[in-house]
Amino acid sequence: MDHFPTNWGRPRNDAQDLYNTYPLHQRPNNTPKDVFADGVQRTQQPIVTGTSILAILYKDGIMMAADTLASYGSLSRFKTIQRLQSVGENTVIGASGDMSDFQYVQSILEELMIEEFTANDQNELGPAEIHEYLSRVYYARRSKMNPLWNSVLVGGKKDGKRFLAYVDLLGTTYSASTLATGYGAYIALPLLRSAVEGREDELTEEQAQKLLTDCMRVLFYRDARSLDKFQIAKVTDEGVVISDPIKLDTTWGFAEKIRGYGPQTQ
Amino acid sequence: MPDGSFSHPQQRSFNPYTENGGTILAIAGADFTVIAGDTRQSEGYSIQTRYAPKVFRLTDRAVLAVNGFAADGNMFVKKVKQRLEWYRHAHAKDMPLRAIARLIQTMLYAQRFFPYYVYNILGGIEEDGTGAVYSFDPVGSYEREACRAAGAAQSLVQPFLDNQIYFKNQQAAPGQSHPLHLPLSDVLSIVIDSFTSATERHIEVGDGLEMYVVLAKGRSAQGLEGGRGVQELTTRTDGDRVFVIRRELKKD
Repeated sequence: MDHFPTNWGRPRNDAQDLYNTYPLHQRPNNTPKDVFADGVQRTQQPIVTGTSILAILYKDGIMMAADTLASYGSLSRFKTIQRLQSVGENTVIGASGDMSDFQYVQSILEELMIEEFTANDQNELGPAEIHEYLSRVYYARRSKMNPLWNSVLVGGKKDGKRFLAYVDLLGTTYSASTLATGYGAYIALPLLRSAVEGREDELTEEQAQKLLTDCMRVLFYRDARSLDKFQIAKVTDEGVVISDPIKLDTTWGFAEKIRGYGPQTQ
Repeated sequence: MPDGSFSHPQQRSFNPYTENGGTILAIAGADFTVIAGDTRQSEGYSIQTRYAPKVFRLTDRAVLAVNGFAADGNMFVKKVKQRLEWYRHAHAKDMPLRAIARLIQTMLYAQRFFPYYVYNILGGIEEDGTGAVYSFDPVGSYEREACRAAGAAQSLVQPFLDNQIYFKNQQAAPGQSHPLHLPLSDVLSIVIDSFTSATERHIEVGDGLEMYVVLAKGRSAQGLEGGRGVQELTTRTDGDRVFVIRRELKKD
């Protein structure tokens, strides 16, 4: 509200005052002056984006998958971007949405982990703490109407306990045994749920890896902003391992037999 | 251009709110209160998780249910709990229920121009030993009631409660009057029926049900202890006691 009594009862904008017969004197502009005001821009939409992240619990820990593409609108702009990142010894995070915002978050986390390391108190932040921290960062930024435009999955295993949770640009958080962001939430999550829910303690590493690979393949077939190159991260009692980029084997032989739409005439 | 002036056009496409579905409900008895909520969290047509609690124990005699925008809800509960802890350190006792209610109204109204998009229902035991329910709107208007439903299926559940708790549109038998308060077993049945019905007819309700029961000091926990899915959260039996009952709801 306008706290200055001299402004009360007057039109908000002199230029719009059609009934004014006498020029109103210039009202003081009492708002804080910021010479950079016109130069300050806030993220109103993502620019260079990553697509889905998938993550599941399995017998020995958690597994997460993401392709290596960063898109610029419909252009496949950067094809070897790593979207999975280890944080400390027990945690991995994966981000979809704006990649520059994600890189900023990575730098915050690196700074945080260094600060915690120098405390030298034999404590290390685990996945639950990293997730809590990130949820505060994202919620604080949305509350300033200046969001970090990401959906992030945080996974890990510490002291024998598995952890998997989500946080996004609004600060919304939740936890489940299978998680997916972006298109993955529509296409891959039903497949993941039917394979994982209730079998979190039985699923072997091979089964988990095959499941995620199959889901990445389905996503590559249907998500136009995806790539056939992806990485899988796992966190077990042995720590974090992020794989080298894996190439999906795909079959396109059926395509030429499809009739009914496309360029064919018969 | 965040200088607050109207001299240049402004546009904001970012919407800082969303709606995460679910329903909460509370009913006060003579010397107990039941506060319940489902555990589904959703956005649009997607189920985000099947277990995200919306009902929280604040003290041995107060339970808070939050519904609306989940991120705001979690932050709000966190801040209320922090204020209650400060109160405990300053006064060496738990804050009474009516004081918690006023605290919540103040905290909500403090955010009047950027509200917590959250509907709160506070339930528990008053200092005089009676069961109480306080319901709030997002900016802090509140009143004490006997029962209240809020959230996605409010429009399905509240009319049912009006009929079953307030006996609206019911005629008492000749020479008799409607009871002022219902017994605990009846209230629990009404709560369970409310949620199974809401689960049938509302897509954002389901997965799990958490019912918190707060019993006034000295009231027997008969019919509650050792029941299916019942867990006591308080450690002492010589004061007000809090129990939680967990049930499954349909997951489709």
